[in-house]
Amino acid sequence: MNLVDKQLVKNKMGMRLIRNKLIKQLFLMATLFAIIILGTLLYRIFTQGIGYLDWEFFLSFASRFPEEAGIKAAIIGSLWLMAITAPISLILGVGTAIFLEEYASKNKWTRFIQMNISNLAGVPSIVFGLLGLTVFVRLLEMGRSIIAGGLTMSLLILPIIVVASQEAIRSVPNDQYEASFAMGATKWQTIRRVVLPAAIPGILTGGILALSRAIGETAPLLMIGALTFIAYLPENIWSGFTVMPIQIFNWTSRPQEEFHYVAAAGIIVLLVMLLIMNSIAVFIRNKFSKRY
Amino acid sequence: MSKSVSEIIKEKKRRKFLPGYLEKAAPIIFGICAVISVFTTVGIIFTLVIETITFFNRVSIIEFITSTDWYPFTEKAPSYGILSLVSGTLLITFIAMLVAIPVGLSTAIYLSEYASERARRIIKPILEVLAGVPTIVYGFFALTFVTPLLKGIIPGLPIFNALSPGIVVGIMIIPMIASLSEDAMSSVPSSMREGALAMGATKLEVALKIVLPAALSGIIASFVLGISRAIGETMIVAVAAGSTPKFTLDVTESIQTMTAYIVQVSLGDASYGSTIYYSIYAVGMSLFVFTLLMNLLAQYISRRFREEY
Amino acid sequence: MLTVERNRPMASSISPIKDNSIYTVRNFNLWYGADHALNDICMDIPTNKVTAIIGPSGCGKSTYIKALNRMVELVPSVKMTGSIDYNGQNIFNPKFKVEELRTSVGMVFQKPNPFPKSIYENVVYGPKIHGIKKKQILDEVVEKSLKGAALWDEVKDRLHENAFGLSGGQQQRLCIARCLAIEPDVILMDEPTSALDPISTLKVEELVQSLKKEYSIVIVTHNMQQAARISDNTAFFLNGEVIEYNKTDQIFSNPTDKRTEDYITGRFG
Repeated sequence: MNLVDKQLVKNKMGMRLIRNKLIKQLFLMATLFAIIILGTLLYRIFTQGIGYLDWEFFLSFASRFPEEAGIKAAIIGSLWLMAITAPISLILGVGTAIFLEEYASKNKWTRFIQMNISNLAGVPSIVFGLLGLTVFVRLLEMGRSIIAGGLTMSLLILPIIVVASQEAIRSVPNDQYEASFAMGATKWQTIRRVVLPAAIPGILTGGILALSRAIGETAPLLMIGALTFIAYLPENIWSGFTVMPIQIFNWTSRPQEEFHYVAAAGIIVLLVMLLIMNSIAVFIRNKFSKRY
Repeated sequence: MSKSVSEIIKEKKRRKFLPGYLEKAAPIIFGICAVISVFTTVGIIFTLVIETITFFNRVSIIEFITSTDWYPFTEKAPSYGILSLVSGTLLITFIAMLVAIPVGLSTAIYLSEYASERARRIIKPILEVLAGVPTIVYGFFALTFVTPLLKGIIPGLPIFNALSPGIVVGIMIIPMIASLSEDAMSSVPSSMREGALAMGATKLEVALKIVLPAALSGIIASFVLGISRAIGETMIVAVAAGSTPKFTLDVTESIQTMTAYIVQVSLGDASYGSTIYYSIYAVGMSLFVFTLLMNLLAQYISRRFREEY
Repeated sequence: MLTVERNRPMASSISPIKDNSIYTVRNFNLWYGADHALNDICMDIPTNKVTAIIGPSGCGKSTYIKALNRMVELVPSVKMTGSIDYNGQNIFNPKFKVEELRTSVGMVFQKPNPFPKSIYENVVYGPKIHGIKKKQILDEVVEKSLKGAALWDEVKDRLHENAFGLSGGQQQRLCIARCLAIEPDVILMDEPTSALDPISTLKVEELVQSLKKEYSIVIVTHNMQQAARISDNTAFFLNGEVIEYNKTDQIFSNPTDKRTEDYITGRFG
């Protein structure tokens, strides 16, 4: 006599297979839910905003009248902000990554710095805004300027760049170091001529993704006091400024329905900009990924 | 060749060609970069602590922690009881997790256990795009699409309510939970799956009884990180949840979160040095502590309960 | 048991021939953490000869050759005692710069490891880091080194293509050319043919033969036939010790130690 009743197993098998199929469909639906939402979101914004998207929109300043409102000051402000944030965060981030991967001995201090950076990545962006408000705007007396905003944004995306750069540096195989050292190269020569060139694609990909995070951030700049209504272009790094997400926030919070369409038009511009940046990042990643 | 290469090299060495100073300076320069990174944290804590202390010199800390009345803008007798803001924040977080956990986890199971390589290649970039959408765009979506949609289902729903931004915060977090959980499940070795499949288990049984328990620590950690993200989310709630701090569990009411309060003050004209000005630091401090605890908890879970294969 | 009857190397085994020696190694010990990887090595390496180091895997032969240009220091937790003199100077002397040592002692690795740059850039890497910038000199260096590595005819028309497009054997000869470019005195080779096909192996072996006129070569190999074919002297390593070090003919025809005999006749390893 068998301990296992084969007939019973057979009978149950049908039920088990049906359950497997049903729940698989459920999982699939959940997966599609996210995609449908993204589709809806893009469709809504496109249909709402496309009517307001013309040359005038790019060439006009903010206005009380929805038909006349434009995004010129915000685009230029965002570009200014990037021009400050990109070099500062990249230099600090890559420098930190090189220090942690190449120079620091693996002791409790290094672990402390590492833990610090990963925790910094989880701090809400608005808290960085408080930091910027106190340190840059008040303590260093930079005022509500582009430089204060740019520095705050640099600190915000610093942890992302550090982690991406560390991964890129770590992916350079050991035999490349050996080859260089065996030629009598010093550590810095090896880093500069072998490690960094090999790690640059990864660093750039991470950097661009971090910058696209910065370009869409609103909350910290609200804290810094980026203006929401501005009718001039910034002249230098000490000027007041606005950026695209802040302009969009401003239009969104207006009660008039028409301004929501203006906001949608602004969002289209912002999303297109992000799309371009992400495409560049994906392009770099694909072009240089299969090397070793 | 007039001179041999090795001779030239020796000569260069003698003339101290080698940039020895750069060699010594490099670690110092990079070390300074690392120190600046660390100083960001120091700066955040320093800022929050100093300004919060100023705040508590004016407002009783006991009132702050225990009172449910948050009326900072009342001229005569302003009251600062953070519990209303905390309850608003937790309400949003709760709704968000109700959306994000089931959908995110299901997506992760589908991607890791069922999806073909081709489907994965299509779906994962879409999730990445969803994760890259700026939060202000989600805020706009909550206010102009989700709220009107919900109004059709719940008549009398006010424009500003907790439900709509809560759902949208949840949508925002789906990609994060999906991708972190999928990472955890993908790292379960396929030999464990094969063992079960070879005995006639269905894919569902493998997913729920083998993979899910093995990847549990990573999955729970992703939930905790999701909660941390929801607590710190700012623009969606600032746009769509309103600005009426309320100690309530009613999702159809307008509420205010900690983050939205900070935004409200920074948009207004609270003068530097006023109690209201300092209150945003006290709220910011609470926010920082909440999210830091969540992040540390997530790290602890994924480290402490990590299965070694 | 080998550890019980541990043989101190006899005076005769320090050097098989009365020649000028470029390396003088005395009582050299090396540990990886608690693991005693090299035990009391005494060994002279003669100038302009090919010295082969053979032994079963894990016997310390790779560790030893990496100690000769201090590459072994890249491994954390490594500890050393004793002395290695290069041209009469102790290489562990703090005044003796490791970069200078490695400039005159080149190394070729087990797996070809060209840089992901053009063939040309790979060869001029060494000269460039040592401060040579003149295009004219660099061009000459490239031609001379690639000819020296018997690669010139195969690649002269595509010097600016990526080195990763070369075959495994060509990559390894490129690595040898890269090493020749700074005109070292010694070339250390760590199983240079173990990742190559037989035809490429033959080319590298011929190359080693022709290089010994100008360079002192130390080659680690797991292939005894290779050692017999190309080397002048052979050292047999076992468990981190030099068991026997002698002229290659002597070692292979008439080994004095029983363990050497066992190894070369294929009884273990």
